[in-house]
Amino acid sequence: MRVLHGVALSVDPGEIVALLGGNGAGKSTLLNCIAGLLAPRAGTILWEGQDLARVRAHEIVERGLAMVPEGRRLFAGMTVQEHLDLGAFTPRARAVRQASLERVFALFPLLQERRRQVVRALSGGQQQMVAIGRALMSNPRLLVLDEPSLGIAPRLVRTILAALAEINRSGVAVLLVEQNVQAALALAHRAYVLESGWITLEGPAAAMLSNEHVRRAYLGPLATRA
Amino acid sequence: MSTLAQQIVLGILIGGLYGLAAAGLSLVFGVLKVLNVAHGELIMLGGYAAFWSVALLGVDPFGSLALVAPLALLAGVVLYGALFGFVVRANEETREKNSLLIGFGLALVLHASAVRLWTADERSIVTPYGGAVISLGGLSIPVVRLLSLLLAFAIIGGLQLLLTHWRWGKAIRATADDWQAALLTGIDVRRAYLLAFAIGTGLAGAAGVLVTVSYSVSPSIGLEWTLKALIVVVLAGLGSMIGTFVGGILLGVAEALSAAAFGGPYREVVGLVLFVVVLCARPRGLFGR
Repeated sequence: MRVLHGVALSVDPGEIVALLGGNGAGKSTLLNCIAGLLAPRAGTILWEGQDLARVRAHEIVERGLAMVPEGRRLFAGMTVQEHLDLGAFTPRARAVRQASLERVFALFPLLQERRRQVVRALSGGQQQMVAIGRALMSNPRLLVLDEPSLGIAPRLVRTILAALAEINRSGVAVLLVEQNVQAALALAHRAYVLESGWITLEGPAAAMLSNEHVRRAYLGPLATRA
Repeated sequence: MSTLAQQIVLGILIGGLYGLAAAGLSLVFGVLKVLNVAHGELIMLGGYAAFWSVALLGVDPFGSLALVAPLALLAGVVLYGALFGFVVRANEETREKNSLLIGFGLALVLHASAVRLWTADERSIVTPYGGAVISLGGLSIPVVRLLSLLLAFAIIGGLQLLLTHWRWGKAIRATADDWQAALLTGIDVRRAYLLAFAIGTGLAGAAGVLVTVSYSVSPSIGLEWTLKALIVVVLAGLGSMIGTFVGGILLGVAEALSAAAFGGPYREVVGLVLFVVVLCARPRGLFGR
Protein backbone atom coordinates (compact mmCIF):
# COMPACT_ATOMS: atom_id res chain seq x y z
CA MET A 1 0.00 0.00 0.00
CA ARG A 2 1.21 3.46 -0.81
CA VAL A 3 1.33 5.55 2.33
CA LEU A 4 3.60 8.44 1.41
CA HIS A 5 3.10 10.61 -1.66
CA GLY A 6 4.50 14.08 -1.90
CA VAL A 7 7.09 14.31 0.85
CA ALA A 8 9.89 16.83 0.69
CA LEU A 9 11.43 17.27 4.08
CA SER A 10 14.84 18.46 5.14
CA VAL A 11 16.68 18.86 8.41
CA ASP A 12 19.70 21.13 8.57
CA PRO A 13 22.64 20.55 10.92
CA GLY A 14 21.86 21.76 14.42
CA GLU A 15 18.15 22.14 13.77
CA ILE A 16 15.10 20.82 15.62
CA VAL A 17 12.33 19.95 13.18
CA ALA A 18 8.87 18.82 14.28
CA LEU A 19 6.74 16.58 12.10
CA LEU A 20 3.03 16.96 12.85
CA GLY A 21 0.08 14.98 11.61
CA GLY A 22 -2.85 12.91 12.74
CA ASN A 23 -3.05 9.15 13.18
CA GLY A 24 -2.40 7.32 9.93
CA ALA A 25 -0.90 10.35 8.21
CA GLY A 26 2.26 8.38 7.52
CA LYS A 27 4.61 9.87 10.12
CA SER A 28 5.90 6.56 11.42
CA THR A 29 6.20 5.19 7.89
CA LEU A 30 8.32 8.19 6.96
CA LEU A 31 10.56 7.82 10.00
CA ASN A 32 10.95 4.08 9.39
CA CYS A 33 12.04 4.81 5.83
CA ILE A 34 14.60 7.30 7.06
CA ALA A 35 15.97 4.86 9.63
CA GLY A 36 16.12 2.03 7.08
CA LEU A 37 13.50 -0.28 8.60
CA LEU A 38 11.40 0.20 5.47
CA ALA A 39 12.74 0.57 1.94
CA PRO A 40 10.93 3.29 -0.03
CA ARG A 41 9.62 2.14 -3.42
CA ALA A 42 10.55 5.42 -4.99
CA GLY A 43 12.33 8.61 -4.09
CA THR A 44 15.58 9.39 -2.34
CA ILE A 45 16.65 9.95 1.22
CA LEU A 46 19.76 12.08 1.14
CA TRP A 47 22.08 12.08 4.10
CA GLU A 48 25.27 14.14 3.89
CA GLY A 49 25.17 13.82 0.11
CA GLN A 50 24.48 10.08 -0.11
CA ASP A 51 21.26 8.20 -0.79
CA LEU A 52 20.16 6.10 2.18
CA ALA A 53 17.23 4.42 0.42
CA ARG A 54 19.11 1.14 -0.08
CA VAL A 55 21.45 1.32 2.90
CA ARG A 56 20.78 -1.25 5.63
CA ALA A 57 19.51 0.08 8.94
CA HIS A 58 22.54 -0.75 11.07
CA GLU A 59 24.83 1.03 8.60
CA ILE A 60 22.63 4.11 8.80
CA VAL A 61 23.33 4.18 12.54
CA GLU A 62 27.04 3.93 11.81
CA ARG A 63 26.72 6.94 9.51
CA GLY A 64 25.39 9.08 12.32
CA LEU A 65 21.61 8.87 12.12
CA ALA A 66 19.87 7.30 15.10
CA MET A 67 16.18 6.71 15.78
CA VAL A 68 14.31 6.31 19.04
CA PRO A 69 11.36 4.17 17.92
CA GLU A 70 7.76 4.55 19.00
CA GLY A 71 7.04 2.63 22.20
CA ARG A 72 10.74 2.73 23.17
CA ARG A 73 11.36 -0.91 22.11
CA LEU A 74 13.79 -1.74 24.89
CA PHE A 75 15.27 -5.23 25.33
CA ALA A 76 13.09 -6.70 28.06
CA GLY A 77 15.57 -8.71 30.09
CA MET A 78 18.50 -6.32 29.94
CA THR A 79 19.78 -3.75 32.39
CA VAL A 80 20.16 -0.03 31.76
CA GLN A 81 23.91 -0.49 31.42
CA GLU A 82 23.51 -3.26 28.85
CA HIS A 83 21.30 -1.01 26.75
CA LEU A 84 23.88 1.74 26.82
CA ASP A 85 26.68 -0.72 25.99
CA LEU A 86 24.71 -2.01 23.02
CA GLY A 87 23.99 1.57 21.97
CA ALA A 88 27.69 2.03 21.25
CA PHE A 89 27.81 -1.08 19.06
CA THR A 90 29.08 0.41 15.81
CA PRO A 91 32.86 0.94 15.43
CA ARG A 92 32.57 4.73 15.27
CA ALA A 93 30.50 4.80 18.46
CA ARG A 94 32.72 2.32 20.28
CA ALA A 95 35.71 4.59 19.85
CA VAL A 96 34.03 7.32 21.93
CA ARG A 97 32.03 5.04 24.19
CA GLN A 98 33.28 6.45 27.50
CA ALA A 99 32.60 10.06 26.54
CA SER A 100 29.14 9.14 25.28
CA LEU A 101 28.40 7.34 28.52
CA GLU A 102 29.36 10.40 30.56
CA ARG A 103 27.21 12.54 28.30
CA VAL A 104 24.16 10.30 28.79
CA PHE A 105 24.65 10.16 32.56
CA ALA A 106 25.02 13.96 32.68
CA LEU A 107 21.79 14.29 30.75
CA PHE A 108 19.88 11.67 32.78
CA PRO A 109 21.58 11.27 36.19
CA LEU A 110 18.86 8.82 37.14
CA LEU A 111 20.19 6.31 34.63
CA GLN A 112 23.52 6.25 36.41
CA GLU A 113 21.77 5.41 39.69
CA ARG A 114 19.67 2.73 38.05
CA ARG A 115 22.26 1.35 35.68
CA ARG A 116 22.21 -2.14 37.18
CA GLN A 117 18.43 -2.40 37.06
CA VAL A 118 16.58 -4.42 34.48
CA VAL A 119 14.58 -1.97 32.37
CA ARG A 120 11.32 -3.80 33.01
CA ALA A 121 11.41 -2.39 36.55
CA LEU A 122 11.51 1.24 35.33
CA SER A 123 8.60 3.59 34.74
CA GLY A 124 7.60 4.60 31.23
CA GLY A 125 9.44 7.90 31.46
CA GLN A 126 12.58 6.29 32.79
CA GLN A 127 12.41 3.73 30.00
CA GLN A 128 12.19 6.58 27.52
CA MET A 129 15.40 7.99 29.00
CA VAL A 130 17.04 4.61 28.41
CA ALA A 131 15.78 4.58 24.82
CA ILE A 132 17.15 8.07 24.18
CA GLY A 133 20.37 7.19 25.99
CA ARG A 134 20.79 4.08 23.87
CA ALA A 135 20.37 6.13 20.70
CA LEU A 136 22.78 8.82 21.93
CA MET A 137 25.44 6.19 22.62
CA SER A 138 25.72 5.73 18.85
CA ASN A 139 27.05 9.30 18.74
CA PRO A 140 24.53 10.55 16.17
CA ARG A 141 24.49 13.82 14.26
CA LEU A 142 20.74 13.46 13.69
CA LEU A 143 18.43 12.05 16.32
CA VAL A 144 14.99 10.97 15.10
CA LEU A 145 12.30 10.45 17.74
CA ASP A 146 8.89 8.84 17.20
CA GLU A 147 6.41 9.96 19.87
CA PRO A 148 8.80 10.19 22.81
CA SER A 149 6.09 11.38 25.21
CA LEU A 150 3.63 8.58 24.48
CA GLY A 151 2.36 7.02 27.71
CA ILE A 152 4.62 9.03 29.98
CA ALA A 153 3.76 11.04 33.10
CA PRO A 154 3.54 14.80 32.32
CA ARG A 155 6.36 15.69 34.71
CA LEU A 156 8.71 13.33 32.90
CA VAL A 157 7.55 14.60 29.50
CA ARG A 158 9.00 18.00 30.46
CA THR A 159 12.26 16.33 31.51
CA ILE A 160 12.46 14.45 28.23
CA LEU A 161 11.73 17.51 26.10
CA ALA A 162 14.24 19.57 28.06
CA ALA A 163 16.79 16.84 27.44
CA LEU A 164 16.09 17.05 23.71
CA ALA A 165 16.80 20.78 23.79
CA GLU A 166 20.02 20.06 25.66
CA ILE A 167 21.03 17.36 23.15
CA ASN A 168 20.36 19.81 20.34
CA ARG A 169 22.52 22.49 22.00
CA SER A 170 25.42 20.02 21.89
CA GLY A 171 25.14 20.07 18.09
CA VAL A 172 22.80 17.18 17.31
CA ALA A 173 19.99 17.85 14.86
CA VAL A 174 16.60 16.54 15.95
CA LEU A 175 13.62 15.31 13.92
CA LEU A 176 10.66 14.92 16.22
CA VAL A 177 7.24 13.36 15.81
CA GLU A 178 5.17 14.33 18.80
CA GLN A 179 1.50 14.15 19.81
CA ASN A 180 1.94 17.05 22.17
CA VAL A 181 1.93 19.61 19.36
CA GLN A 182 2.12 22.65 21.60
CA ALA A 183 5.27 21.39 23.31
CA ALA A 184 6.78 20.18 20.05
CA LEU A 185 6.33 23.57 18.41
CA ALA A 186 7.70 25.35 21.45
CA LEU A 187 10.85 23.25 21.12
CA ALA A 188 11.29 23.13 17.34
CA HIS A 189 12.80 25.64 14.96
CA ARG A 190 10.74 24.50 11.99
CA ALA A 191 7.81 22.17 11.46
CA TYR A 192 6.06 20.19 8.76
CA VAL A 193 2.47 18.99 8.66
CA LEU A 194 1.93 15.57 7.08
CA GLU A 195 -1.64 14.68 6.07
CA SER A 196 -2.60 11.44 4.26
CA GLY A 197 0.94 11.06 3.02
CA TRP A 198 1.35 14.59 1.73
CA ILE A 199 3.29 17.44 3.27
CA THR A 200 0.58 20.10 3.37
CA LEU A 201 2.31 22.80 5.34
CA GLU A 202 5.78 23.79 6.39
CA GLY A 203 7.39 26.75 8.06
CA PRO A 204 8.97 28.18 11.19
CA ALA A 205 7.55 26.64 14.36
CA ALA A 206 6.44 30.02 15.71
CA ALA A 207 4.40 30.66 12.57
CA MET A 208 2.80 27.23 12.86
CA LEU A 209 1.60 28.05 16.35
CA SER A 210 -0.46 30.90 15.01
CA ASN A 211 -1.55 29.13 11.81
CA GLU A 212 -5.32 28.81 11.73
CA HIS A 213 -5.34 25.30 10.22
CA VAL A 214 -2.77 23.97 12.66
CA ARG A 215 -4.61 25.51 15.60
CA ARG A 216 -7.91 23.98 14.54
CA ALA A 217 -6.61 20.55 13.56
CA TYR A 218 -3.87 19.89 16.10
CA LEU A 219 -3.99 22.42 18.91
CA GLY A 220 -7.72 22.60 19.63
CA PRO A 221 -8.12 20.27 22.60
CA LEU A 222 -4.61 20.87 23.89
CA ALA A 223 -4.86 24.64 23.65
CA THR A 224 -8.00 24.69 25.73
CA ARG A 225 -6.43 22.35 28.26
CA ALA A 226 -3.36 24.56 28.58
CA MET B 1 13.33 -48.07 46.38
CA SER B 2 16.97 -48.18 45.48
CA THR B 3 16.10 -49.18 41.90
CA LEU B 4 13.88 -46.09 41.74
CA ALA B 5 16.73 -43.90 42.98
CA GLN B 6 18.98 -45.57 40.44
CA GLN B 7 16.48 -44.80 37.68
CA ILE B 8 16.36 -41.16 38.76
CA VAL B 9 20.13 -40.92 38.67
CA LEU B 10 20.19 -42.34 35.15
CA GLY B 11 17.40 -39.91 34.23
CA ILE B 12 19.45 -36.96 35.45
CA LEU B 13 22.47 -38.21 33.50
CA ILE B 14 20.63 -38.42 30.19
CA GLY B 15 18.63 -35.28 31.02
CA GLY B 16 21.79 -33.19 30.87
CA LEU B 17 22.21 -34.30 27.27
CA TYR B 18 18.57 -33.46 26.55
CA GLY B 19 19.35 -30.00 27.88
CA LEU B 20 22.42 -29.61 25.70
CA ALA B 21 20.53 -30.89 22.65
CA ALA B 22 17.76 -28.40 23.35
CA ALA B 23 20.10 -25.44 23.91
CA GLY B 24 21.11 -25.28 20.26
CA LEU B 25 17.54 -25.63 19.02
CA SER B 26 16.38 -23.00 21.50
CA LEU B 27 19.09 -20.53 20.49
CA VAL B 28 18.32 -20.87 16.78
CA PHE B 29 14.56 -20.71 17.31
CA GLY B 30 14.78 -17.80 19.73
CA VAL B 31 17.04 -15.68 17.56
CA LEU B 32 16.15 -16.57 13.96
CA LYS B 33 12.51 -17.60 14.64
CA VAL B 34 13.37 -20.62 12.56
CA LEU B 35 12.56 -24.11 13.81
CA ASN B 36 15.36 -26.32 12.60
CA VAL B 37 13.76 -29.77 12.56
CA ALA B 38 17.06 -31.18 11.28
CA HIS B 39 18.67 -30.37 14.63
CA GLY B 40 18.63 -34.04 15.65
CA GLU B 41 20.32 -35.01 12.39
CA LEU B 42 23.05 -32.49 13.16
CA ILE B 43 23.46 -34.22 16.52
CA MET B 44 23.67 -37.53 14.66
CA LEU B 45 26.39 -36.15 12.39
CA GLY B 46 28.29 -34.89 15.42
CA GLY B 47 28.05 -38.39 16.82
CA TYR B 48 29.54 -39.93 13.68
CA ALA B 49 32.25 -37.31 13.62
CA ALA B 50 33.18 -38.35 17.15
CA PHE B 51 32.99 -42.05 16.26
CA TRP B 52 35.28 -41.67 13.27
CA SER B 53 37.77 -39.39 14.91
CA VAL B 54 38.15 -41.96 17.68
CA ALA B 55 38.27 -44.87 15.24
CA LEU B 56 40.54 -43.32 12.63
CA LEU B 57 42.60 -40.73 14.47
CA GLY B 58 42.66 -42.48 17.80
CA VAL B 59 41.83 -39.38 19.81
CA ASP B 60 40.28 -39.63 23.24
CA PRO B 61 36.46 -39.89 22.99
CA PHE B 62 35.89 -36.75 25.05
CA GLY B 63 38.89 -35.09 23.40
CA SER B 64 37.10 -35.40 20.08
CA LEU B 65 34.87 -32.55 21.33
CA ALA B 66 37.71 -30.15 20.61
CA LEU B 67 37.69 -31.34 17.01
CA VAL B 68 34.00 -31.89 16.37
CA ALA B 69 32.56 -28.75 17.95
CA PRO B 70 34.60 -26.31 15.81
CA LEU B 71 33.85 -28.42 12.72
CA ALA B 72 30.15 -28.28 13.53
CA LEU B 73 30.43 -24.51 14.00
CA LEU B 74 31.87 -24.24 10.49
CA ALA B 75 29.20 -26.57 9.14
CA GLY B 76 26.67 -24.20 10.68
CA VAL B 77 28.15 -21.27 8.76
CA VAL B 78 27.93 -23.26 5.52
CA LEU B 79 24.37 -24.46 6.20
CA TYR B 80 23.26 -20.94 7.05
CA GLY B 81 24.82 -19.56 3.90
CA ALA B 82 23.39 -22.29 1.69
CA LEU B 83 19.91 -22.81 3.16
CA PHE B 84 18.75 -20.68 6.05
CA GLY B 85 20.18 -17.30 5.12
CA PHE B 86 17.48 -16.85 2.51
CA VAL B 87 14.65 -17.81 4.80
CA VAL B 88 15.35 -15.15 7.41
CA ARG B 89 14.84 -12.40 4.86
CA ALA B 90 11.14 -13.29 4.69
CA ASN B 91 8.59 -12.14 7.24
CA GLU B 92 8.12 -14.27 10.31
CA GLU B 93 5.18 -16.37 9.15
CA THR B 94 6.80 -17.30 5.83
CA ARG B 95 9.98 -17.90 7.76
CA GLU B 96 8.46 -20.56 9.99
CA LYS B 97 6.77 -22.37 7.09
CA ASN B 98 9.81 -22.32 4.81
CA SER B 99 12.20 -23.26 7.55
CA LEU B 100 10.09 -26.31 8.37
CA LEU B 101 10.24 -27.44 4.74
CA ILE B 102 13.96 -26.83 4.53
CA GLY B 103 14.52 -28.53 7.87
CA PHE B 104 12.57 -31.65 6.92
CA GLY B 105 14.32 -31.81 3.59
CA LEU B 106 17.69 -31.46 5.24
CA ALA B 107 16.79 -34.10 7.83
CA LEU B 108 15.82 -36.59 5.12
CA VAL B 109 18.97 -35.93 3.10
CA LEU B 110 21.25 -36.24 6.12
CA HIS B 111 19.54 -39.39 7.35
CA ALA B 112 19.69 -41.09 3.94
CA SER B 113 23.30 -40.04 3.42
CA ALA B 114 24.28 -41.40 6.82
CA VAL B 115 22.65 -44.76 6.06
CA ARG B 116 24.40 -44.90 2.71
CA LEU B 117 27.80 -43.89 4.05
CA TRP B 118 27.86 -45.72 7.35
CA THR B 119 25.02 -48.31 7.14
CA ALA B 120 22.06 -48.34 9.49
CA ASP B 121 24.01 -50.17 12.22
CA GLU B 122 24.24 -48.78 15.68
CA ARG B 123 27.78 -47.84 16.67
CA SER B 124 29.26 -47.03 19.99
CA ILE B 125 32.65 -45.97 21.17
CA VAL B 126 34.61 -48.34 23.33
CA THR B 127 36.71 -46.48 25.86
CA PRO B 128 39.31 -47.80 28.27
CA TYR B 129 37.34 -46.24 31.12
CA GLY B 130 33.98 -47.18 29.60
CA GLY B 131 33.00 -49.71 32.22
CA ALA B 132 34.05 -47.63 35.22
CA VAL B 133 31.32 -47.06 37.75
CA ILE B 134 31.24 -44.95 40.89
CA SER B 135 29.35 -46.59 43.70
CA LEU B 136 27.67 -44.19 46.07
CA GLY B 137 25.38 -45.42 48.84
CA GLY B 138 24.02 -48.28 46.81
CA LEU B 139 23.76 -46.23 43.61
CA SER B 140 26.05 -46.87 40.71
CA ILE B 141 26.98 -43.96 38.49
CA PRO B 142 28.65 -44.72 35.16
CA VAL B 143 31.73 -42.51 34.95
CA VAL B 144 31.39 -41.80 31.25
CA ARG B 145 27.83 -40.55 31.61
CA LEU B 146 28.75 -38.48 34.64
CA LEU B 147 31.59 -36.86 32.70
CA SER B 148 29.17 -36.18 29.84
CA LEU B 149 26.73 -34.50 32.20
CA LEU B 150 29.48 -32.33 33.66
CA LEU B 151 30.77 -31.40 30.22
CA ALA B 152 27.24 -30.59 29.04
CA PHE B 153 26.80 -28.33 32.05
CA ALA B 154 30.17 -26.66 31.41
CA ILE B 155 29.24 -26.02 27.77
CA ILE B 156 25.88 -24.52 28.76
CA GLY B 157 27.60 -22.38 31.38
CA GLY B 158 30.13 -21.20 28.79
CA LEU B 159 27.32 -20.39 26.40
CA GLN B 160 25.52 -18.39 29.08
CA LEU B 161 28.71 -16.40 29.74
CA LEU B 162 29.14 -15.82 26.03
CA LEU B 163 25.60 -14.50 25.72
CA THR B 164 25.90 -12.17 28.69
CA HIS B 165 29.48 -10.89 28.34
CA TRP B 166 30.59 -11.07 24.73
CA ARG B 167 29.67 -8.04 22.61
CA TRP B 168 28.07 -10.19 19.92
CA GLY B 169 26.48 -12.35 22.60
CA LYS B 170 24.58 -9.33 23.82
CA ALA B 171 23.77 -8.48 20.21
CA ILE B 172 22.36 -11.98 19.72
CA ARG B 173 20.13 -11.57 22.80
CA ALA B 174 18.98 -8.16 21.60
CA THR B 175 18.17 -9.59 18.17
CA ALA B 176 16.21 -12.44 19.75
CA ASP B 177 14.16 -9.96 21.76
CA ASP B 178 13.43 -7.33 19.08
CA TRP B 179 15.34 -7.49 15.81
CA GLN B 180 14.12 -4.10 14.62
CA ALA B 181 15.25 -2.39 17.79
CA ALA B 182 18.55 -4.26 17.41
CA LEU B 183 18.93 -2.85 13.89
CA LEU B 184 18.22 0.65 15.18
CA THR B 185 20.93 0.11 17.78
CA GLY B 186 23.40 -0.46 14.96
CA ILE B 187 23.58 -4.25 15.17
CA ASP B 188 24.03 -6.14 11.91
CA VAL B 189 21.12 -8.47 12.57
CA ARG B 190 22.02 -10.85 9.76
CA ARG B 191 25.41 -11.40 11.29
CA ALA B 192 23.73 -12.08 14.63
CA TYR B 193 21.56 -14.67 12.84
CA LEU B 194 24.62 -16.29 11.29
CA LEU B 195 26.46 -16.42 14.62
CA ALA B 196 23.45 -17.84 16.46
CA PHE B 197 22.93 -20.50 13.81
CA ALA B 198 26.62 -21.44 13.81
CA ILE B 199 26.69 -21.66 17.61
CA GLY B 200 23.47 -23.69 17.57
CA THR B 201 25.02 -26.14 15.12
CA GLY B 202 28.19 -26.26 17.18
CA LEU B 203 26.08 -27.16 20.22
CA ALA B 204 24.38 -29.91 18.20
CA GLY B 205 27.81 -31.27 17.28
CA ALA B 206 28.94 -31.21 20.91
CA ALA B 207 25.73 -32.92 22.00
CA GLY B 208 26.31 -35.57 19.33
CA VAL B 209 29.76 -36.31 20.71
CA LEU B 210 28.48 -36.75 24.26
CA VAL B 211 25.50 -38.84 23.14
CA THR B 212 27.74 -41.19 21.18
CA VAL B 213 30.35 -41.48 23.91
CA SER B 214 27.73 -42.18 26.59
CA TYR B 215 25.27 -44.22 24.54
CA SER B 216 25.49 -44.94 20.82
CA VAL B 217 24.81 -43.46 17.41
CA SER B 218 22.90 -44.65 14.37
CA PRO B 219 21.51 -42.77 11.38
CA SER B 220 17.99 -42.93 12.83
CA ILE B 221 18.59 -41.16 16.16
CA GLY B 222 17.98 -37.76 14.59
CA LEU B 223 14.20 -37.57 14.86
CA GLU B 224 14.27 -38.85 18.41
CA TRP B 225 16.69 -36.12 19.48
CA THR B 226 14.83 -33.40 17.63
CA LEU B 227 11.72 -34.49 19.51
CA LYS B 228 13.47 -34.49 22.89
CA ALA B 229 14.97 -31.09 22.19
CA LEU B 230 11.60 -29.72 21.13
CA ILE B 231 9.92 -31.02 24.28
CA VAL B 232 12.61 -29.41 26.42
CA VAL B 233 12.32 -26.10 24.57
CA VAL B 234 8.57 -26.05 25.19
CA LEU B 235 9.08 -27.20 28.76
CA ALA B 236 11.72 -24.61 29.61
CA GLY B 237 10.70 -21.73 27.36
CA LEU B 238 13.00 -19.44 25.44
CA GLY B 239 15.46 -16.99 26.84
CA SER B 240 17.48 -18.83 29.48
CA MET B 241 20.13 -21.42 28.67
CA ILE B 242 20.39 -22.55 32.29
CA GLY B 243 16.60 -22.93 32.28
CA THR B 244 16.90 -25.11 29.19
CA PHE B 245 19.47 -27.29 30.92
CA VAL B 246 17.23 -27.67 33.97
CA GLY B 247 14.32 -28.45 31.63
CA GLY B 248 16.38 -31.24 30.07
CA ILE B 249 17.09 -32.77 33.44
CA LEU B 250 13.40 -32.51 34.37
CA LEU B 251 12.49 -34.42 31.23
CA GLY B 252 15.14 -37.07 31.95
CA VAL B 253 13.83 -37.56 35.48
CA ALA B 254 10.19 -37.58 34.36
CA GLU B 255 10.99 -40.27 31.80
CA ALA B 256 12.84 -42.32 34.39
CA LEU B 257 9.93 -42.05 36.84
CA SER B 258 7.38 -43.05 34.25
CA ALA B 259 9.50 -45.99 33.12
CA ALA B 260 9.65 -47.09 36.74
CA ALA B 261 5.92 -46.60 37.30
CA PHE B 262 4.42 -47.88 34.05
CA GLY B 263 7.28 -49.83 32.52
CA GLY B 264 9.89 -49.02 29.93
CA PRO B 265 7.61 -48.76 26.87
CA TYR B 266 5.86 -45.72 28.42
CA ARG B 267 9.08 -43.74 28.83
CA GLU B 268 8.47 -41.64 25.71
CA VAL B 269 4.79 -41.11 26.36
CA VAL B 270 5.32 -39.11 29.50
CA GLY B 271 7.60 -36.67 27.71
CA LEU B 272 4.88 -35.98 25.17
CA VAL B 273 2.22 -35.69 27.86
CA LEU B 274 4.43 -33.17 29.68
CA PHE B 275 4.78 -31.30 26.39
CA VAL B 276 1.01 -30.98 26.02
CA VAL B 277 0.41 -30.13 29.68
CA VAL B 278 3.02 -27.37 29.70
CA LEU B 279 1.73 -26.02 26.39
CA CYS B 280 -1.75 -25.73 27.88
CA ALA B 281 -0.84 -24.50 31.34
CA ARG B 282 2.22 -22.35 30.65
CA PRO B 283 2.64 -21.67 26.92
CA ARG B 284 5.79 -19.68 27.58
CA GLY B 285 7.44 -22.58 29.35
CA LEU B 286 8.50 -23.00 32.93
CA PHE B 287 11.38 -20.51 32.75
CA GLY B 288 10.35 -18.51 29.67
CA ARG B 289 9.75 -14.78 29.70
